[in-house]
Amino acid sequence: MKSLRNYIDKIKPNFEKGGKYEKFHSTFDAFETFLYVPDTVTKVGSHIRDVIDLKRTMFVVVVALLPALLFGMYNVGLQHFAAMGAADAGVMQCFLHGLVKVLPIVIVSYVVGLGIEFIFAQIRHHEVNEGFLVSGMLIPLVMPVDIPLWMVALATAFAVIIGKEVFGGTGMNVFNPALLARAFIFFAYTPYISGEKVWISGLSKGEGIVDGFSGATPLTEIANALSDKAAALTFSSTPSDWLLGTIPGSIGETSFIAIMIGAAILLFTGIASWRIMLSVFAGGYIMGLIFNCIGANIYMDMPAHYHLLLGGFAFGAVFMATDPVTAAQTNKGKVIYGLLIGMFAVLIRVVNPGYPEGMMLAILFMNAMAPLIDHYVVEGNIRRRMKRLNVASK
Amino acid sequence: MSKMIRLKKGLDIKLVGQAARELADTPWADSYAVNPTDFIGLTPKLLVKVDDEVKAGTPLFFDKYRPQVLFSSPVSGKVKAVNRGEKRRILEVVIEPDRKNEYETFQTVDLSSASRDAVIDLMLASGLWPMVIQRPYGIIADPGKTPDAVFISGFDSAPLAPEMDFVLKDAADDLKTGMEVMKKLTSGKVHLGVSARVTNPAFEKLQGVEMTAFDGPHPAGNVGIQIHHVAPIGKGNLIWTVDIQNLAIIGRFFRTGRVDMTKIIAVAGSETEHPRYQKIVSGAQISSIVKDNVKQNGKTVRFICGNVLTGKKVGLENYFGFYANQMTLIPEGNYHEFMGWLAPRLNKFSLSHSYFSWLTPNKKYDLDTNLNGAERALVVSGQYEKVLPMDIYPVYLLKAILAGDIDKMENLGIYEVIEEDLALCEFVCTSKTEVQQIVRKGLDMLMKELN
Repeated sequence: MKSLRNYIDKIKPNFEKGGKYEKFHSTFDAFETFLYVPDTVTKVGSHIRDVIDLKRTMFVVVVALLPALLFGMYNVGLQHFAAMGAADAGVMQCFLHGLVKVLPIVIVSYVVGLGIEFIFAQIRHHEVNEGFLVSGMLIPLVMPVDIPLWMVALATAFAVIIGKEVFGGTGMNVFNPALLARAFIFFAYTPYISGEKVWISGLSKGEGIVDGFSGATPLTEIANALSDKAAALTFSSTPSDWLLGTIPGSIGETSFIAIMIGAAILLFTGIASWRIMLSVFAGGYIMGLIFNCIGANIYMDMPAHYHLLLGGFAFGAVFMATDPVTAAQTNKGKVIYGLLIGMFAVLIRVVNPGYPEGMMLAILFMNAMAPLIDHYVVEGNIRRRMKRLNVASK
Repeated sequence: MSKMIRLKKGLDIKLVGQAARELADTPWADSYAVNPTDFIGLTPKLLVKVDDEVKAGTPLFFDKYRPQVLFSSPVSGKVKAVNRGEKRRILEVVIEPDRKNEYETFQTVDLSSASRDAVIDLMLASGLWPMVIQRPYGIIADPGKTPDAVFISGFDSAPLAPEMDFVLKDAADDLKTGMEVMKKLTSGKVHLGVSARVTNPAFEKLQGVEMTAFDGPHPAGNVGIQIHHVAPIGKGNLIWTVDIQNLAIIGRFFRTGRVDMTKIIAVAGSETEHPRYQKIVSGAQISSIVKDNVKQNGKTVRFICGNVLTGKKVGLENYFGFYANQMTLIPEGNYHEFMGWLAPRLNKFSLSHSYFSWLTPNKKYDLDTNLNGAERALVVSGQYEKVLPMDIYPVYLLKAILAGDIDKMENLGIYEVIEEDLALCEFVCTSKTEVQQIVRKGLDMLMKELN
């Protein structure tokens, strides 16, 4: 360990001002601080500091994403072999198939995203921010498995540059970068992220599928039922499949249970806001109930809690809506923000079947609205304080 | 006791090295000094030259913009040096004590009949006036104004802070007189915030003082927090505050006519050999205070005049601050920790549950000065609010300051805070934002704009 430290200390001057590799200072710094917490001591203000830093925070989120990632890999294989008619494939076989399919997406996302982050950090003479560690993991998880890699690269670049760096980097962005990447593909390359084929590896390349296997996600099935004017909703999977996650869908979004393990980690560590998470689910459920009361079509009659299990709702509620930078920042604001995300997500799903997945649009919309919500909460605080002052001065 | 206010937000950081309740005498220091830098925004003008003879209470310098505000020597002796920094800014006016304890004599007044002006003149002449601080801004009070009220906090809730029931145990009479002085200063009430957890016998004799008990973690003992809950400060309000031990010094002066700046301080922290209380004279050289009391374990020690959250980093050659009541010694954190952000770090403290210190709420920690990360843009929200027991949105206030938006700062409550009130926000910040510095920047901006 000592020799590593000595080596770093030896090469460090090369990367400092005036050194040979000054251009790579940010990159060097990122790797050095990854290996070692810097020896910086407090200079002004509080002499002691909490040990929490952004690296730890982001690391916890990445850990929370792992169950969804691992299950997602397994499910990719499971769906693939089911589509091929080889339903007897073992767990390991499924997982390995998924690993081979998913890992390249993860790698592309990280390499492209971090590459851009490093470049921008160097141009700005900033340190590399840890924010992309999470975004880089979120992006693959909200993608369909059959997405072309160049598209992942393009979407990631779009999300990092237009979504984040033009605003000044992590902490300054208005929209959740990972969702922006998905929205980019959704609007620019719609066929690659909707329909029935993209959710299962191999299908869009025309590999053979067995009869009777559709590959449609439950949400697509609903959309189909509506356009067919069916008398009732029929699903090829059961709610217990939705809980477990053995259904087609974006890589990380299918398993409610895996997502809930992540949610437990985030809530236990206090990294994500329970106010947001809870209120998103509450909002979705309330909207579901409202539609139950209206009951104008078969979708509206669907049990309200189905909405929470289907599509990207849970994933969005746990990992996307809780992004502290793009969410509301006041406690009251967080509740309003969460409730509205849940309600809008279900509203978009039910009322506009053109967008079967309402979660993405609901969160992006509320990202834009969050500062406004906070503004009114803060204004309320100002008025309340004024009142107190007036009372006190009388 | 009339009122009791329970505060839920805040944080008690439990550190190793709490001062034992025993009083040690401190030998005479080789030199004493008054540091003009202890007083925010002060431009000092010297009244003495090197080699001048002074007594305790002899003025050394005055405020250029308010010449009636004098700053006096804590001991008798000879002016030894005037230490200057960049641009010839005066940092320390050093006195070599003659160890004779000679005092300037002041004709005290009968507080029951004396006029307010007479009281103020006496405080100005004796050099004790700088003990009176005004809110907003946290600067030396303007003697030409009358405050709406005077607030005094009767306890200190900061980490390793001196226990005021011990410090003030022989000061009941001084405090009583000091309170009478305060009553002269304001047309309103004199408030005393006391701890709901510890009863302080020294306060029993006090009369005509509005007492409020506060229960809760730090910063419950901060006078700013107490003011917020009793009578919040808005634009145009003026509150004066005095440190409780300085109140005793003021009381002592009015009883004896002598400027006797003896005070009892806690010498604490994990690098202290014997954490205990020491009787010193204000302005003593740091080396005399910590003599033979620093652990010899090879660690580099940070000497802090004040507490770990708000104190000032000092060297052994520097001098004890005018407003401080404690000396804290902790290890420096100038080392690289391998993969620290990944490690369990069981010996370090975090408010965040991503570490495990919340599972052992009574464990005492030996924390060092490592920044534990690097400065970043603000990412995490909702952190500051947990440790600030005020109806204020701290992040919005800080952002208003950074944007230089005076109206917003006023609206968001800048008049109610000084650095120490948001010190815990700085401690818990994931992004390592220099919160206290930003707050002071905002207050400076406001002062410049409005005066």
